[in-house]
Amino acid sequence: MPENTTMPTLHHVPPIALRRRIVDHMMTAASVLTVLIVLAPLFAIFAYLVYRGIGSINWAFLTQTPKPVGEAGGGMANAIVGSGLILAIASLIGVPLGIGAGIYLAEFGRNRFGDAIRFTADVLNGVPSIVVGIVAYAIVVLSERHFSALAGGVALAIMMIPTITRTTEEMLLLVPRALREAAYGLGIPRWRTTLSITLRTATSGVITGVMLAFARVAGETAPLLFTAFGNQFWNLRINQPTAALPLQIFSYAISPYDEWHRQAWAGALVLIVLIVSAVAAVRIAVRRGTFGAA
Amino acid sequence: MADPALQRPDMPYSQPAESKAVSGAGPVAVRSAPLLRSRGGEIPDRIFKLAMILCGAAVLGTLVLIVYELVLRSGPSWHAFGLKFFGASEWDPVNEKFGALPFIYGTLVSSLLALLIAVPLSVGVAVFTTEMCPVPLRGPLSFFVELLAAIPSVVYGLWAIFVLVPILSNYVEPFLARTLGWTGFFDGPPYGISMLAAAIILAIMIIPIISSITREVLMVVPRHQREAALALGATRWEMIRVGVLRNARAGIVGGIILGLGRALGETMAVTMVIGNRPEIAKSLFAPGYTMASVLANEFSEATGDVYLSALIEIGLALFLVTIVVNALARLLVWSVTRGQAVGTHA
Repeated sequence: MPENTTMPTLHHVPPIALRRRIVDHMMTAASVLTVLIVLAPLFAIFAYLVYRGIGSINWAFLTQTPKPVGEAGGGMANAIVGSGLILAIASLIGVPLGIGAGIYLAEFGRNRFGDAIRFTADVLNGVPSIVVGIVAYAIVVLSERHFSALAGGVALAIMMIPTITRTTEEMLLLVPRALREAAYGLGIPRWRTTLSITLRTATSGVITGVMLAFARVAGETAPLLFTAFGNQFWNLRINQPTAALPLQIFSYAISPYDEWHRQAWAGALVLIVLIVSAVAAVRIAVRRGTFGAA
Repeated sequence: MADPALQRPDMPYSQPAESKAVSGAGPVAVRSAPLLRSRGGEIPDRIFKLAMILCGAAVLGTLVLIVYELVLRSGPSWHAFGLKFFGASEWDPVNEKFGALPFIYGTLVSSLLALLIAVPLSVGVAVFTTEMCPVPLRGPLSFFVELLAAIPSVVYGLWAIFVLVPILSNYVEPFLARTLGWTGFFDGPPYGISMLAAAIILAIMIIPIISSITREVLMVVPRHQREAALALGATRWEMIRVGVLRNARAGIVGGIILGLGRALGETMAVTMVIGNRPEIAKSLFAPGYTMASVLANEFSEATGDVYLSALIEIGLALFLVTIVVNALARLLVWSVTRGQAVGTHA
């Protein structure tokens, strides 16, 4: 009661003009609407993927190579393994180089050269994937005179490096200086400090960066079109044309056959599940690892 | 220096303690010497640093290599057509006549249309997540939007072929032709496979980029900007418009340009729905072709040096454009996030 008497002015403030209030509500409604519009394709894609894909995944799909046009059955086993081979090559090249460059930037890179590398990594990150494919073609395919898994791996490695470099740098810079100084104070040489103290402390962040890069290139199709090229048969040699899951999805999707469309959906579902589970598995492993260490 | 004062006869025990500490300094230093191994450690340190420098140089070298290969291998086409390559609209591999104009047109139109669709949506999502959304919903919402970025391009293309294109040809395009057909932009048979389909799928793909950068930029707008606007009696929308969006303008533009960079280079999804016909048509229902899709479709089948180098020249042009666009975007985003950081310190 006494409050009412001390603050009577509150009741005399004129209400916000009707028009302004209506505009406010309309804009709120509009932004809710944008959220719904943006989320609709997301759910539509996942729902349709599961709906079309899950019925087409069976044992044959995961264990057989493609059948010729007109024959039912067959699968994408060679493409799944081929993707694994190409991604393994890409990781073998890209992960050490990327982490090394990240270490250089974080530990030694406070100079002009470091700035140049930082800028280059950002530029590389924006290079269209198809252009990376051209370059891998020019470097590897033309000199080997063969489409090959190696060429595909090189293309994907080029795409992995910038992401890994920049996240590694960021994660290493988060490690407190005092930790490094403590190591130096104990007389541990610099290289050992960087590898066993700084990098070790930042492991989970660095691995997250690696997985981001991996997930990004695992679904890439464009750079593989004229490097790995695709293959209807089994191939495990790195100097031969190799099937890859995204390539197979692409060529089946634009084909005129219903059976191949069905398999394209199954392949897409397998691809997404592989990407998501790879990322999730490493995330869980890393989390457990850091808790164990702490 | 203070030693004589400490050697007081009334504190007899302090003297031995002092001397022990002083005399102990020698043996400790001797014992720790092998631990330090300062001279032996120098060489591995140098090797390590050299290895890391090489890794860094590899990043630099990759870019140099990309530029070198593209310039070198587009040489034949450059010598044959010169600057006319970018102005000619004839694409005739049989007679070795090449002009990139239809592809440049297709890339620009599909990307700009995609921006037209994506920008209002992504800014709306960013505004909702930072300014209106209940806090517990914030995390899941941005997670879902970013999940859009994790879907591979080829899966977008697959979905577009079998879901988006039929919807367009059965419902959206006939409707647009009826209502807006007189403009000439929505003319002709509604096949679905069209510039419009490419623009829509591109828009869906760049929304996560633009909205996540916009969200970041909106979040660095200082709190007191919002409070000041509200204190002046602004409604929430007026506060967002005057206090938030106006301050974050440059950064939002940066995010938009970053989205543009992605759209320009996007290959697979566009190739699957744009129709791949090298013609310049006014109607958005007509098929088109982009720089990235012509590379995807024709590169591995290109016969003849000129044909191949014409394609590589398109790749070089695409590379240069995306680099300029990305550099511009980074500068804009940096200018905002840095400027705001300085502002909050002051």
